[in-house]
Amino acid sequence: MATLDGKIPAGPIKDKWTLYKDMVDLVNPANKRNIDIIVVGTGLAGGSAAATLAEQGYNVKAFCYQDSPRRAHSIAAQGGINAAKNYQGDGDSVHRLFYDTVKGGDYRSREANVHRLAEVSTNIIDQCVAQGVPFARDYGGLLDNRSFGGVLVSRTFYAKGQTGQQLLLGAYSAMNRQIARGKIQMFNRHEMLDLVIIDGKARGIIARNLVTGEIERHSAHAVVLGTGGYGNVFFLSTNAMGSNVTAAWKTHRRGAYFANPCFTQIHPTCIPRSGDYQSKLTLMSESLRNDGRIWVPARLEDVEAIRSGRLKPTAIAEEHRDYYLERRYPAFGNLVPRDVASRAAKERCDAGFGVNATGEAVYLDFAAAIVRYGEEQATIKGEKDATDVRIKELGKSVVEAKYGNLFDMYKQITADNPYETPMMIYPAVHYTMGGLWVDYNLMTTVQGCYAIGEANFSEHGANRLGASALMQGLADGYFVLPYTIGGYLSKDIRTGKISTDSPEFAEAEANVKQKLESLVNNKGTKSVDYYHKKLGNIMWNKCGMSRNEQGLMEAMTEIAELRDDFYKNVSVPGGAYELNQELEKAGRVADFLELGELFAKDALDRNESCGGHFREESVEVGGPQDGEALRDDENYAYVSAWEFTGKPSDAVLHKEQLEFNDIELKQRSYK
Amino acid sequence: MDNMNLTLKIWRQKNAQDKGKMTDYNVTGISEHMSFLEMMDVLNEQLINSGDEPVAFDHDCREGICGSCSMFINGEAHGPVKGTTTCQLHMRSFSDGDTIYIEPFRAKAFPVIKDLIVDRSAFDRIQHAGGYISINTSGNTQDANATPIPKENADLAMDAAMCIGCGACVATCKNSSAMLFVGAKVSQYALLPQGQVESKMRAQNMVAQMDAEGFGNCTNTGACMVECPKGIDLSNIARLNRELLSGSLT
Repeated sequence: MATLDGKIPAGPIKDKWTLYKDMVDLVNPANKRNIDIIVVGTGLAGGSAAATLAEQGYNVKAFCYQDSPRRAHSIAAQGGINAAKNYQGDGDSVHRLFYDTVKGGDYRSREANVHRLAEVSTNIIDQCVAQGVPFARDYGGLLDNRSFGGVLVSRTFYAKGQTGQQLLLGAYSAMNRQIARGKIQMFNRHEMLDLVIIDGKARGIIARNLVTGEIERHSAHAVVLGTGGYGNVFFLSTNAMGSNVTAAWKTHRRGAYFANPCFTQIHPTCIPRSGDYQSKLTLMSESLRNDGRIWVPARLEDVEAIRSGRLKPTAIAEEHRDYYLERRYPAFGNLVPRDVASRAAKERCDAGFGVNATGEAVYLDFAAAIVRYGEEQATIKGEKDATDVRIKELGKSVVEAKYGNLFDMYKQITADNPYETPMMIYPAVHYTMGGLWVDYNLMTTVQGCYAIGEANFSEHGANRLGASALMQGLADGYFVLPYTIGGYLSKDIRTGKISTDSPEFAEAEANVKQKLESLVNNKGTKSVDYYHKKLGNIMWNKCGMSRNEQGLMEAMTEIAELRDDFYKNVSVPGGAYELNQELEKAGRVADFLELGELFAKDALDRNESCGGHFREESVEVGGPQDGEALRDDENYAYVSAWEFTGKPSDAVLHKEQLEFNDIELKQRSYK
Repeated sequence: MDNMNLTLKIWRQKNAQDKGKMTDYNVTGISEHMSFLEMMDVLNEQLINSGDEPVAFDHDCREGICGSCSMFINGEAHGPVKGTTTCQLHMRSFSDGDTIYIEPFRAKAFPVIKDLIVDRSAFDRIQHAGGYISINTSGNTQDANATPIPKENADLAMDAAMCIGCGACVATCKNSSAMLFVGAKVSQYALLPQGQVESKMRAQNMVAQMDAEGFGNCTNTGACMVECPKGIDLSNIARLNRELLSGSLT
């Protein structure tokens, strides 16, 4: 077992990034014109990186599987983006954002990376406003903020419930400017299917044109993956249908270590599933927890009456409701971090208090907020004798202004009106903190291959705080990678154009073609979705919100068996060299079937509970923290980075020991 | 209702060169809680299991924001429910025994690629012509709060910026005009101080590209606004015309 070097620069944490930028090698503008960079993925990380690298003068080739870069899944992020601006004067600072993120991640992230993230967070807001991102403002014309889980300040900037959309359209606009200049060559409807390594360095990719099915070779001096997370290994998640691990997994197979695959975020506020046909789950923004109160009935007889339709939740008296987050965590209440809120919901539902037919739902109730805002408005408007009806009317308009589009979305999906009856929510897979291992430069263990945004593992530890994914994506793409990649490329200025006419490209292309042809020629009896759903079931039941040794061992065996069955019996209609959506899915599911096994192996290795990873064997017993997750810093304060050696079950573990010099390791208490 | 039987009449077209035709299918066991695309998943699973090719359609986020899905359902872009994308449309809007017509978004500038998938890259090219503010990423732009923006303008800019680029406006318009799409982008920037510098040129360049792509003209019918899943207002077209006119006068 080797140890890994994160290449963290020397110096005090506050100065590391500044000193690094002062000293890093630069590439002169004339030489940048001779250097090509491939960027795969056009979400916040990939899109912002492609635009910035092109602005700097590099030749960028950008790839996305969607029909336009504007549709990358960052677009679906709702709530907001964090930045240590302290516009509210509530005590925020770079250090506090740094501290909150390390603590929120349950002390499993790399201090130096997180501090850098907190430092550049303020630049992001400035940059986005300059790009024309229409953030929410108050009546004085200045930017508004809201609070998110796990913190005690208001540092989240937002654009209605569509912050991800607006930030992505900002990055897309910056890309468009470079596409118009010819500095970005855009490849829409293209999927990366392999990484090409020449003399130990990433020198290109094999991509499939999803319209024609053609297999293409693309070369570059460096390859950047901004390909997002792998939550769809669970089949059901809040990810887009096309979100996949393929680019990252092929890179892993080519030598990049995969870090902390078991660190998955199960988001507490999603719309519960309604049937077996369900194709995806929909998130309700965490911002709703600013005003919504989460509860289940305190009495089992009320639960039964609700499930059988004899009782409405609004008819349950206050004293018969269990606001379990407020009860268990009085300091943070409904704004505890996501992992804590999700486990608490599961605990109540496992105890039989779930409020829908499947027993997997809790209430998110806005009645109190509507009255509170209504009374405030009545006072402002001087309506001293406002009736209850009038107060509710005033309150509803405030709630509508804040969350209107989310309420509409809920109503469209469930046909329930959340202004009148509490929402029903349940946790769902949302984000993956794990990903390709990268050093401080964001380079993977393959020279010249970088991973940014959700595709890497670095900043969020074992649990990501709300509104931090957008921050990390844009930080990596706009402000970090453009510096760090220069240091690497400064040594590549004499290389010249990389030819695609080499044995390495030929081998990778042949490999890709062989896999595609074998899938379409398999002529089995079961659809791709059949296997994907089976995999999802194993993952959810044995690698979900709560994990134990026996379940994880079973999961490894079952996934390996399912993978064998997939290759024997999968049916993929159509041909390999034409538009074929089933073939696209088949390739992605084949990779999920390998990743899933590594996921379980990683979870098995980590016999501690931290963040989103909860091992039943590792809980506090007795005392005020009874039943809470028990972290084991003595044995597990490391990053697990797995090396591929032929089969996921044979992956070799490398450890990066985490050092905490600026933040004291403590139990994460939100009580 | 948990067990609806439906007749689907779906546009099948093997590729861009193929002539294409409507084909009939039956699906059974459809629940009212399914989304429209989940109903399509049921159909495709049925087709795969019987050895046929599934119907190709664009879709991704399935939560109404990415703008991928693009079906013309019973003569309406994104189907019968106002303010809703195809992926957010649920089967409770239909009844047992219904016949549903499903076609691609049709326009000269949106050629069919396969079945229900159309090529909307013309929208991207319009954005390349001016859908941005020309600033570099430096980390040295002025503080985000240095220029206050009246809340009203910020809110109107946000309303315009909500466009998801799905193309329902084009598919709906009898002239296949893209004025609502272009108007939304031009308006977003015209309403913000950061966008002022390039405002006039932007309108001209984007409209020139729109014309070059083969989109038709606007005759103020207003169908685009009615069918837009994000409720982009017609006033954005008026603002675009204002920018265009004042730009051509200077």
